[in-house]
Amino acid sequence: MAYNLKQVMNKPERLTGGHRMCAGCGAPVTVRTVLRALKPEDHAVCCSATGCLEVSTFLYPYTAWKDSFIHSAFENAGATLSGAEAAYTALRRKGRMNESYKFIAFGGDGGTYDIGLQSLSGAMERGHDMVYICYDNEAYMNTGIQRSSGTPRYADTTTSPQGTEMPGKMQYKKDLTGVMAAHRIPYVAQSTLTSNFKDLYEKSEKAIYTKGPAFMNVLSPCPRGWRYDTPDLMEICKLAVETCIWPLYEVEDGKWKLNYKPKKKLPVIEYLKPQGRFKHLFTDENKHLIDNIQEDVDRKWEELLKKCGEDS
Amino acid sequence: MSIRERLSGNEAIAVAMRQINPDVVAAFPITPSTEIPQYFSQFVSNGQVQTEFVAVESEHSAMSACIGAQAAGARTMTATSANGLALMWEMLYIASAMKLPITLSCVNRALSGPLNIHNDHSDSMGARDSGWIQLYSETNQEAYDNLLQAIRIAEHKDVLLPVMVCQDGFITSHAVENIELLEDDKVKEFVGEYKPDHYLLNHKEPIAVGPLDLPAHCFEHKREQAQSMINAKKVILEVAKEFEKLTGRKYEYFEKYNLDDAEIAIVIINSSAGTAKTVADKLRDNGIKAGLLKIRMFRPFPADEIAEALKNVKALAVMDKAESYSAMGGPVGAEVKSALYGKADGIKVLNYIYGLGGRDVRADDIEEVYNSLMDIVKTGQIGETYRYIGVRG
Repeated sequence: MAYNLKQVMNKPERLTGGHRMCAGCGAPVTVRTVLRALKPEDHAVCCSATGCLEVSTFLYPYTAWKDSFIHSAFENAGATLSGAEAAYTALRRKGRMNESYKFIAFGGDGGTYDIGLQSLSGAMERGHDMVYICYDNEAYMNTGIQRSSGTPRYADTTTSPQGTEMPGKMQYKKDLTGVMAAHRIPYVAQSTLTSNFKDLYEKSEKAIYTKGPAFMNVLSPCPRGWRYDTPDLMEICKLAVETCIWPLYEVEDGKWKLNYKPKKKLPVIEYLKPQGRFKHLFTDENKHLIDNIQEDVDRKWEELLKKCGEDS
Repeated sequence: MSIRERLSGNEAIAVAMRQINPDVVAAFPITPSTEIPQYFSQFVSNGQVQTEFVAVESEHSAMSACIGAQAAGARTMTATSANGLALMWEMLYIASAMKLPITLSCVNRALSGPLNIHNDHSDSMGARDSGWIQLYSETNQEAYDNLLQAIRIAEHKDVLLPVMVCQDGFITSHAVENIELLEDDKVKEFVGEYKPDHYLLNHKEPIAVGPLDLPAHCFEHKREQAQSMINAKKVILEVAKEFEKLTGRKYEYFEKYNLDDAEIAIVIINSSAGTAKTVADKLRDNGIKAGLLKIRMFRPFPADEIAEALKNVKALAVMDKAESYSAMGGPVGAEVKSALYGKADGIKVLNYIYGLGGRDVRADDIEEVYNSLMDIVKTGQIGETYRYIGVRG
């Protein structure tokens, strides 16, 4: 059935309003879009790594989660949810339950790219029927904007601050989506919040209803860390896609597919400009760093096109 | 009729797990507990259990998966040793705070460093304040019996705490001994079905587990958790009584051996109690009033009962197979002395560190300890109370 925004938006919310995430934050929008992809009759157990999402949606005695939810620690959403999924398998095998459940874990880039990578890798390799969503906001935001391996090169963070000798983070962003694709699990996708959520919704539906493990990396901007105006959330996401900094693609049973190819690839400067974390690049002496970012994005985009069998 | 068998401690644990037929087992191999998940995965592979076995990639993930599974409504078990238990550390505290009745077989091994695979108690003693009930086992039989009882204790409505059943690595885990097993159906009946009140997979009542819990509520939750440990004392005895009816084997907080009229005594945990009993018997033959107290339940700690049991002893040696680097003794020593304070004052108490890193504990060593106690009784002079036995130099 063709995607219909109005229809999809009328599905009942499974992450209720009133939680404490910041205005203009991408994470709750990501979560709501993912959960909307659940069939209304299906139950879910959601799990979150420690992070902004967890502390802002489940502050005792309130929870914003309408489905069952578990948080245990920072580095183990993969393992924790795999335990819940194992329980489901066992209880159904023993005839102690019949209802249909889906298992969805959420982690930020800190809990996914870094401290939780082992736990995630283990859960995916073991083949649990679960989905892991990384809401990638490119730094440890919950502790105050420290660099992660998901932070892009030259971003100014509190542990990769731009100074007189160093222009922000010196390392490139880890290609986590590629790492997860290398696990050869049934479904891996990269997405973000594009204008009508079609891309993220459809991928979530696929991820949730594909048997076996699935991983999605969803760029979910953070207004505090990235320093953009809160109403610009969707615009920032759009620019990430149009500049090919964050391409939309999926890897289904090992087959790479590009989901969106900009008619005219925008220069990366369009994406960097509205964000305070890159402000220091906009000086005469740092201009070459922007060129450097552009070259890197161009190279990776060409690589991706090749993997997806697309012409450059 | 019970079944007579010859099993190692690890086999005994694996057999108990087969008979319990838990819903989920998540475990990672580490010497000397490795055989437990090995034997158990064979039971899974042969269809002898209906358990979902999760072959995790680390002990941290083992305990995380146990938490996820038990919270979801599954009876969940695991096994580990030493560094594996240390890697679980963070999650041990979270499991107990979530009031999840997970059971763990801890095959005691020296915690690194230096790296050493042999027995001491530094692993589980380090976890003594993690909110887990701890039961210790002298023999394979006790390890088996304790694990069956652990399920009932953990899942009791007044408790709902995780339980760790400890036994000595290699000494009992790998030594084959005679053992009496219960029939499978008797075990099934004894442990019953796991029926949690609240769990993630209850579609009629979705729940949220593991909140951010700030000062307005956290303190009350910690107090409730402490109450569960207090409640466990009564439940542990009740379960032991029921178990005794079933098997004829009696379990209490600790075992008193020649203790009632003893003038000198030692307090000890796990397999070395066997060695110490032999020495105590020999001393008794020579007319020396030597006794022994073997702690089974270290958490909760039976302080009043221990003070009562030891109150007539003149000199006491508390044996610790773990250091606590307090420059004053080991963890069992600290607890026992604290238990005696104000309730059984005047007893001369030595605290020995023994057997670290698997150093053999011989009958001679234990005899030397008793001899020191006799000297103290004779001379009234106690000297240094923080001592090592069996160490060179």
